[in-house]
Amino acid sequence: MAVMTESAPRRRPLDLNISWTDVGPFLALAALLVVGYLINPDFLSATNLANVITRSAFIAIIAVGATFVISSGGLDLSVGSMAAFITGITIMFMNAVAPHAGIWAIPAGMAVAILVGLLCGLANGLIVTVGRIEPFIATLGTMGIFRALITYLTDGGTIPIDRSLREAYRPVYFGTVAGVPVPILISIAVAAVASFILYKMKYGRKCAAVGANEDVARYSGISVIRTRTVAYIVQGVCVAIAAICYVPRLGAATPTTGQLWELQVITAVVIGGTALRGGKGHVWGTVAGAVILELIANLMVLSDFVSEYLVAAVQGVIIIIAMLIQRFSNSK
Amino acid sequence: MFSRKWIAAATLGALLLAGQAMAQDKKVIAVSIPAADHGWTAGIVYHAQAAAKEINAAFPNVEVVVKTSPSAAEQVSALEDLSASRKLDALVILPYSSEELTQPVKAIKDMGTFITVVDRGLTDASVQDLYLAGDNIAVGTNTAKFMIDKLGGKGDVVVLRGIPTVIDDERIKGFQDTIKGTNLKVLDIQYAHWNSDEAFKLMQDYLAKYPHIDAVWANDDDMLLGVLEAVKQSGRTDIKLALGGNGMKDIVKKVIDGDAMTPVETPYPPSMIKTAIYMTVANLIGQAPVRGTVKLDAPLITQANAKEYYFPDSPF
Repeated sequence: MAVMTESAPRRRPLDLNISWTDVGPFLALAALLVVGYLINPDFLSATNLANVITRSAFIAIIAVGATFVISSGGLDLSVGSMAAFITGITIMFMNAVAPHAGIWAIPAGMAVAILVGLLCGLANGLIVTVGRIEPFIATLGTMGIFRALITYLTDGGTIPIDRSLREAYRPVYFGTVAGVPVPILISIAVAAVASFILYKMKYGRKCAAVGANEDVARYSGISVIRTRTVAYIVQGVCVAIAAICYVPRLGAATPTTGQLWELQVITAVVIGGTALRGGKGHVWGTVAGAVILELIANLMVLSDFVSEYLVAAVQGVIIIIAMLIQRFSNSK
Repeated sequence: MFSRKWIAAATLGALLLAGQAMAQDKKVIAVSIPAADHGWTAGIVYHAQAAAKEINAAFPNVEVVVKTSPSAAEQVSALEDLSASRKLDALVILPYSSEELTQPVKAIKDMGTFITVVDRGLTDASVQDLYLAGDNIAVGTNTAKFMIDKLGGKGDVVVLRGIPTVIDDERIKGFQDTIKGTNLKVLDIQYAHWNSDEAFKLMQDYLAKYPHIDAVWANDDDMLLGVLEAVKQSGRTDIKLALGGNGMKDIVKKVIDGDAMTPVETPYPPSMIKTAIYMTVANLIGQAPVRGTVKLDAPLITQANAKEYYFPDSPF
């Protein structure tokens, strides 16, 4: 994330005005860290920060995909249910293959996860673009479908991963490389690839153009259908990557897996500086947004002066304040 | 999965055969329960279907029909559908909400049907011929008693509670009333919505906040799974006890295996629906009087009696 603040000044002078949007989420993040430290010094302990940032990885990875969808003028409410569905399919596949393939069931299962994610994203994309259904309604529909499917697959209970795979798979969530938890590395990698696509490749510009003004984009010869569909596919793949990191944490899929993730994801994207109505996407801001959300929840537990009944209200207030800090820095 | 389809087909078949059943003077018992949307309700569906299968096989002149509904409104419609086509001799219902279901159930009672209500009581208690429920206060009380005993009456405890409901409040109240006057101290208590993921996060935060914790109580087993994973990750050795509640098969298995951190379990077992169905049948054909209120206790499940509460085939 530090990389981003350094790279901002290197942009063309034309971009200087909007670079505040890039910095805003990080200002809010910094403010939150300071406030957190004042409330409870344990907040900045290495273990706590590692825990919290690792936890935010699922939302961060999915939200990077959502940055594509929202930037292109779409919306995806199905991501939480999709994550649960992919988790379920992945575990069932791994369990089925494990007796024959042993540890190889894990990479095979990961490949299946990506494939399923891709197909789910494609389905969402086609319903929205070719079917010409409002993204809100279309993905509300698939949200119900994915949730019902995972409930059906689990019989309302849980699908636990095979014991023989449990220990081998654990490091994908609990492991570290050079002291950095693996999920953090994965989310940084996902964000890096995404920012390359969004800022350096032609597709990224198409995405922002379609989101900013559909008609103008169409007149400029951009295929709106293709651009939006690809955004949903990217979203599906991101959900699959998040699911791959999620499985080893509790080693099970349940009908409540990923519940309300869609709202956290959308909040992270918006805190990150991407407008809900579409246009330019802010990948690193989105990642900061996801971390901010998780830090707020963490702070609620570490501080003693919020009644357990009021936690959600205080979280809401902090999110609004974080947005105001960002808006304030925007208008400078 | 297949068994559910089979039962669905059987239910449909049963409905089609309704007219014939009446001709043969079969006693019809309708069972209306919530659809499986999380572990505990999945257990309810499993045990209701198991009871229906066993009773239909054992008593040729009794027919048990199980109907699941995904919401209170749909449960009301289901009651109308069940009672429209034939006369019900008995209705066993686990209502979604007491307020919304009281009137519809009363309408069925007025047709002369025996009413058994499970878990959540109706707002008008006179509608219920038999009311059967678990004891949520005892869930808290018995867990607390065990902790006091095991920790020698003193220690630091963190608590994870579920969703703001009567069920959750009663469990917490039972726990807090019991530890009053002992040196057991509740360091923190927060909501984790009966969800493993939220419990995992909350436990990580508790571990970061408190350098010393003697025991954890998650008042539901889904949450306990998240707690155990967080404790395992932290590598901390100060936590002596991590207890849950409800009777999930994975946790009961731990008790059977003599797990050091989770040596006991307190049941609020979904199998109570089965108890209720059997009692209703006893009243209907065995002429065994059952009218009244039955409160199943929440006795500690220990290694000695765990087998009684272990259902390896149940989804919960």
